[in-house]
Amino acid sequence: MSPTVTKTRPKHLNLLQIRLPLPGIISIMHRVSGAVLFLLLPLLLWLFQSSLQSPASFAEFRSVVTHPLMKLVLLGLLWGYLHHLLAGLRHLFLDLDLGTEIEKARLTSIIVLAGGIALTLAIGVALW
Amino acid sequence: MVRREVVGAHYGLRDWLAQRITAVVMLVYTLLVLLALVMLPKFDYAHWQALWQLNLMRYATLLFVVALLFHAWIGVRNIFMDYIKDAGIRLTLYSVVILALIAYGAWAVRILWGR
Repeated sequence: MSPTVTKTRPKHLNLLQIRLPLPGIISIMHRVSGAVLFLLLPLLLWLFQSSLQSPASFAEFRSVVTHPLMKLVLLGLLWGYLHHLLAGLRHLFLDLDLGTEIEKARLTSIIVLAGGIALTLAIGVALW
Repeated sequence: MVRREVVGAHYGLRDWLAQRITAVVMLVYTLLVLLALVMLPKFDYAHWQALWQLNLMRYATLLFVVALLFHAWIGVRNIFMDYIKDAGIRLTLYSVVILALIAYGAWAVRILWGR
């Protein structure tokens, strides 16, 4: 029987000691934002439903989404969506072997992070 | 010659591809909705409701929802595969997520075509 690959690389998984490089931060944010978007799908469906059901439910929808706390939640969700979208787009380019050099990978990470925040602010201001 | 331990059920490549195709579908849909929002003359019930009466919006949204459900399934399943070591708990969570996603899909169809 031929030998199997054994991994003897050191493992260092203390989250408080790990220093993630920027692309790593983008990566974990991609995962977290995806999970949060999944968890809040019922909220989005409920909002969509009340916006369309009747004029009365539309009025209720408006009062719900204009509540400051809800605005904050939705702004956070919008950021999650945009970050996830931009990080995903970056992922597609990486799959095509574009931007895999370390400098470019760092640069596109900055673009994803800053672009997500900037777009969130721009769309947030436009919507409210 | 080194023998590598190959594990899995060979759905990796299919899911990898599905995750990317659904992502592109959702990206295009996002641009469509942004365009529709920009072109909406006024955000009141009449205009908003009329927008979602359009078959273009209904079918595009249906496509988006289907893409989203597959995309969310693959993503959430991958998270569980990484962190939930107990097979029983993992299977239970898978079942809950699948049922929830099917319910969300039905809910979305009801919003789009029912009232």
